[in-house]
Amino acid sequence: MSETSSPRIVIVGAGPAGIRAAATLVNAGLHPVVIDESNRAGGQIYRRPPAGFTRTPEELYGSEAAKACALHALFDRLAEEGRLTHRALSSVIAVYEGRLHVLGEGGVEVIGYDRLILATGASDRVAPVPGWQSAGVYSLGAAQIALKAQAVALGRRIVLMGSGPLLTLVGAQLVKAGADVAAVLDTSPWRRQMRGFLGLAVRPVVALRGLALRARLGGRYHAGVKLERIEADASGVTAMRWRDAGGMQRLTPCDMIGMGWHLRAETHLADLAGCAFTYDEQWRQWLPKADEMGRAGNGVYLAGDGLQLLGADGAEIAGRLAAAACLADLGRPAPSASADLRKLARLERFARGLATAFPWPDAMARSLPNDEIVCRCENVNAGAIRESVEHSGGEANRVKSLSRVGMGRCQGRYCQLAAVELVAERAGCTAGAVGRFRGQAPVRPAPIGAFLRED
Amino acid sequence: MITDGRIVRLAERDRAKVQFLLDGEMRGALAGDTVLTAVLASGCALRKSEFGPELRAGFCLMGACQDCWVWQEEGPRMRACTTPVTEGMRLRTTPPESWP
Repeated sequence: MSETSSPRIVIVGAGPAGIRAAATLVNAGLHPVVIDESNRAGGQIYRRPPAGFTRTPEELYGSEAAKACALHALFDRLAEEGRLTHRALSSVIAVYEGRLHVLGEGGVEVIGYDRLILATGASDRVAPVPGWQSAGVYSLGAAQIALKAQAVALGRRIVLMGSGPLLTLVGAQLVKAGADVAAVLDTSPWRRQMRGFLGLAVRPVVALRGLALRARLGGRYHAGVKLERIEADASGVTAMRWRDAGGMQRLTPCDMIGMGWHLRAETHLADLAGCAFTYDEQWRQWLPKADEMGRAGNGVYLAGDGLQLLGADGAEIAGRLAAAACLADLGRPAPSASADLRKLARLERFARGLATAFPWPDAMARSLPNDEIVCRCENVNAGAIRESVEHSGGEANRVKSLSRVGMGRCQGRYCQLAAVELVAERAGCTAGAVGRFRGQAPVRPAPIGAFLRED
Repeated sequence: MITDGRIVRLAERDRAKVQFLLDGEMRGALAGDTVLTAVLASGCALRKSEFGPELRAGFCLMGACQDCWVWQEEGPRMRACTTPVTEGMRLRTTPPESWP
């Protein structure tokens, strides 16, 4: 078939955005390729357990069970009917001149595309807390994945900390599942949370559901805390040292910590695909630029939390919009976008409320003592980053070259935002002026053998 | 000090049992466990940090942080959080010395 009669459309990510984008394209008579790292479609928030697990969708996804089931069923049906190609257990590790380098079980394969829809989602936005390199410290997302996909708690006695909707949600889910949650520590003070309330009121049902979940945490929940140190011995975490809103020092024994401050958009592939970026003051991170439909130029479309942190409902809408933009650009009939654009605007107001109510702890990151670790991959400490600013000035990539922060195996996903705050503080500029680490292929570590071919 | 497993199974306990080798010792797990779950069900860590004295036990569980690397006896490393454990798997918490 020629390119014009059947354009090659590749979707990266099979979460809410990727699934809705795929279904929209299939409805228009196209056959997309969907590449995803999991073996079963669903993404992270609607992640499915392995075959043979027996908990019901209501137990797994609570109030969102119907949405999760609808997405899973839709994708499975389209895959079974052969109307899309699902490449499971595959990671896109590079984008170069209209081609994707895809790492799967058989090695690296090169797949060309005419249009690319990136629905790569987000991961936890974390900040360094002294002692966070110890075994038993996890992201909040990790605690939730362990519960959903493996039916386990990652510790016998748990402290959750950070800020944002996931903090309350994971806490309530763990309590309900029977885990021992000792404390839920929110760095956002009550008065700050109230400031975001006007924005949150545009989705009253969701806001009330959040309050109900928080009520389930009871006396475990503390707002406006200061996180001081994760205490550990040779085997890992032993306690969390913190101060309550009144300044009283507290020590909570625990063997597991889950941390996160809302989300960080996963943007490595958008970077390699040549998308422009802008520093978003509200989310305190760099986000790729696209028009309201998700068009990023050069045949690339962005959808979901990898573009804008609106959560799963927003991702479904953004997936439909990106596919509609793609269809329109191909000169094919596209579904009307106006209703989806209105819904998206409401979700954006809600997200602004969340960003106001549950802020990134920039002051905490900036005041990290010199000998405490910023990069968990290679144990680069705050002092090394501060010192490199003296030699390199306040530019992210030069600091990266000198200190190695962001060069480890996670490729800066979990240290970049805090490192940038430290650099900005030292250089006396804004975090946006420091810039961002350039994305480098491969965006996941790949064994050299995966590139070798016997031919 | 953690003396037995780091993780706690909260549900889904009625699955077939699986046995695997970790650093030459036989360990038990359940079918459907990831390597991370399987190892931490009876141990406190996956590996030692190359850059500090501490042990590591994974961090993100979604394949992004690469904190959970373990090795197969034949050499190749894997992400424990995204690899299902299988009967008779032979795993190591350190890279094989003969492997570059």
